[in-house]
Amino acid sequence: MSVNTKMTNSLYQKDVISFDDLTSLEVELILKIAKKIKEHGITYSIENKLIANCFFEPSTRTRLSFEAAALRMGGQVIGFPDDSSLSIRKGETLADTMRVIAGYADLIVIRHPREGSARLTAEVSDCPVINAGDGANQHPTQALIELFSIQECQSSLNGLSIALVGDLKYGRAIHSFIAACLLFDVRLYLVSPESLTLPDAICDKLKKRGMRFSFHQHIEEVIPKVDILYITRIQQERFTETEYQLIQNKFILTAKMLEKAKKNLKVLHPLPRVNEVALDVDQTPHAYYFQQANNGVVIRQALLALVLNEVIL
Amino acid sequence: MSDMLSVSAIKNGTVIDHIVAGQALRIIYLLGLQKKNNLVTIGLNLRSKRLGIKDLIKIEDRILAEDEANETVIFAPAATINVIENFHVVHKIKTHLPSVAHGVFLCPNRLCVTQMEQMESCHYIHEQGKKITLICHYCEKEFDRDQVKVAV
Repeated sequence: MSVNTKMTNSLYQKDVISFDDLTSLEVELILKIAKKIKEHGITYSIENKLIANCFFEPSTRTRLSFEAAALRMGGQVIGFPDDSSLSIRKGETLADTMRVIAGYADLIVIRHPREGSARLTAEVSDCPVINAGDGANQHPTQALIELFSIQECQSSLNGLSIALVGDLKYGRAIHSFIAACLLFDVRLYLVSPESLTLPDAICDKLKKRGMRFSFHQHIEEVIPKVDILYITRIQQERFTETEYQLIQNKFILTAKMLEKAKKNLKVLHPLPRVNEVALDVDQTPHAYYFQQANNGVVIRQALLALVLNEVIL
Repeated sequence: MSDMLSVSAIKNGTVIDHIVAGQALRIIYLLGLQKKNNLVTIGLNLRSKRLGIKDLIKIEDRILAEDEANETVIFAPAATINVIENFHVVHKIKTHLPSVAHGVFLCPNRLCVTQMEQMESCHYIHEQGKKITLICHYCEKEFDRDQVKVAV
């Protein structure tokens, strides 16, 4: 597929709430612009544009990379890192809060613990809205970072075997990434505790789309087969203390386990990690999660440039 | 005694027949009949050649709108909905499963934004064979028809 980037782009003023909101051409365009920024040093401008970075729950990478992306392109940023200073504490609705902020800004980035909060914000706002994570639902820009990182380290997004490890039930990054995988010819290995397996509705979707996938409970059995091992944190609050200890030990990746890996295998993680990726993995040629985190800025630069500029070269 | 005689006949109004047993009360709430003044007669667990057992609802002096009839199909895919005038069936309302329902259901996901905000819910309705599922427009979760409660 070829994309004529000189044309008016379809992402202009578009809300990005769920990965399914993006067409394959739009995904390709975002990756292409991100590559131009990273590899060719091409600069895009969002000068005189004001971004509202609205984070109702904690974030390090997502919030700061959106901020860095905006500032690097000459944009300005307002916002908050949590909801402690907002009138929501006085009982104001989310819809009213976001409608007002939309009047101040040219684009809203929102993270909120409630699922569907970004969709609601888009419906009440006059400016475009980007979802930076809504509960356990979606995190579409994180999925774009994974795609960009995979393309970068494997030279292609097709013909790959990808293992998804950890919390497949509640992980929003996983849910968005699976939606992204549906655009490509990949084979998935789903590795999780039984209680955190992929929801039936998503499995049905994979089947309908003809995606090849299988379920596993041990990381070791998939390591020799895959090109990408995408591991996520299992949240302690989902389990009792005893259950957590038992499960946690089964889902820790160590450097020794990677001895049987293919040479090209790269380990991705949306971060933060707790202990599911042992520190000794950092020293192996397979670790790619810090490069992946760095890619957060160029992907968000590309997205902001496309959403805020009607014509982009 | 025939099923139709198990519950009293109505002179004018709407009869919803061939409701899958157990779904009549949900349809009552769906149509808001508990809040209206129309006389409503309900038959539960009536014998039926087609369904084995069925439920039945008769509503005096009210003709269902097309949208209402279509929403009824979510809970009663095999329902026949007849308009009665002077004790006779004068019209059979043709129905189809709606693709979307606004403000009809409560999302069962306790973390869905619709449970926190004063807002209208929105569910997409999918039919796979005999299975009807609803997908929340906001939290994107999918639910079986029997998991969702009607917004009262």
